[in-house]
Amino acid sequence: MADKRTLTFVLMDPPFENARTTTALRLIDLAVKRGWNVNVFAYEGAVYVAFAKQTPHENKVHGHDLAAEDHPNTKEWVAAILAQAERTGAKVDWVQCGLCVDERGAGECIPGLRRGSPADLVAFTEASDNVLVIATK
Amino acid sequence: MSKYLLIESRDPFEYAEVPYYYDLAASLSRKGHAVTLFLVQNGVLPVRPGPRSDVVSAVARAGVEVLADDFSLRERGIGADRLATGVKPAPLDRVLDLLGEGCKALWH
Amino acid sequence: MPKKILQVVESAFRATLEEQDDTVVWLTLAMRGAGGEFGVLLRGNAVNTAVRGQDPSGLAFGDRALRHHTDLAEDITRLIGKGVRVSVVAEDLAERGLRTEDLVAGLETIPRAALPDLFEKFDQVWHW
Repeated sequence: MADKRTLTFVLMDPPFENARTTTALRLIDLAVKRGWNVNVFAYEGAVYVAFAKQTPHENKVHGHDLAAEDHPNTKEWVAAILAQAERTGAKVDWVQCGLCVDERGAGECIPGLRRGSPADLVAFTEASDNVLVIATK
Repeated sequence: MSKYLLIESRDPFEYAEVPYYYDLAASLSRKGHAVTLFLVQNGVLPVRPGPRSDVVSAVARAGVEVLADDFSLRERGIGADRLATGVKPAPLDRVLDLLGEGCKALWH
Repeated sequence: MPKKILQVVESAFRATLEEQDDTVVWLTLAMRGAGGEFGVLLRGNAVNTAVRGQDPSGLAFGDRALRHHTDLAEDITRLIGKGVRVSVVAEDLAERGLRTEDLVAGLETIPRAALPDLFEKFDQVWHW
């Protein structure tokens, strides 16, 4: 395995709107699988990626009940990544931008995340080997 | 000289700003920097050989390593064994390798 | 010394009325205040952010009027005042019918060909 690294990802997109959310989580998942430490600064709509009140649904168009549809919620993906981090020894520090949380009413998120501010992103930048900003459009 | 990782998630069919990014990759390479252009999501659409896929091959001719996310290719039914000249399929892990090496990393 | 970051801003007028800011310019100001070191490059449509005379006043929904509206060009001036070098791409201005006289003072106009050299002055380049 490569030497342990610390990476910071800045996310901006809410879930269910475009492909960037999935790719971002793929990258974070891969980093955690390697045992690398990951910082996430969830900015703007990305504060909804781990929103606790996401609920799966059935899909009558496809004839799927709840179980068959197995509809992904990004909060489950994030929770799974955090659980994987416990197994690999990766430290994940996921910060939700506080003002973004407030204006969107997104205060309820899954456990393991914390509220923060742009000062956290400055600190992440200094403490990381690299930063990748995945901006919204 | 520096190492650059330019990730392009969008395609030139829908977005007018994508050619700027290809040009940026090529111009960084011509300045002597080591540049990887990693195509992901719809960014892989132009690598299916066609009338406009040479815009991506031209970036490779400028000395840029042009990679296409193998998952994005498969998701779009683009055969990994039949890509525009100069483009290679690669796993997303390659992005992590390059981030870990300290490349200046830009997402578009 | 903190790492030096170049913020490349490409989008313009993205949710600026709801957010009352360009959220990348705002974030840069906030991080600068927290000790970060930045340069800013306005390219593509984002060159419009520095145009003088923008006026988004008058937005109202029912009886709810927006009393405090964005002033994007003023925020660019604020960045410059905090010691952040703000550059703008010459060709992107020209393509949009803009001249440097149309913009707030204190910007550095650079040709597109100069971007690689600009990038080399920074430890990281964040593309928004």
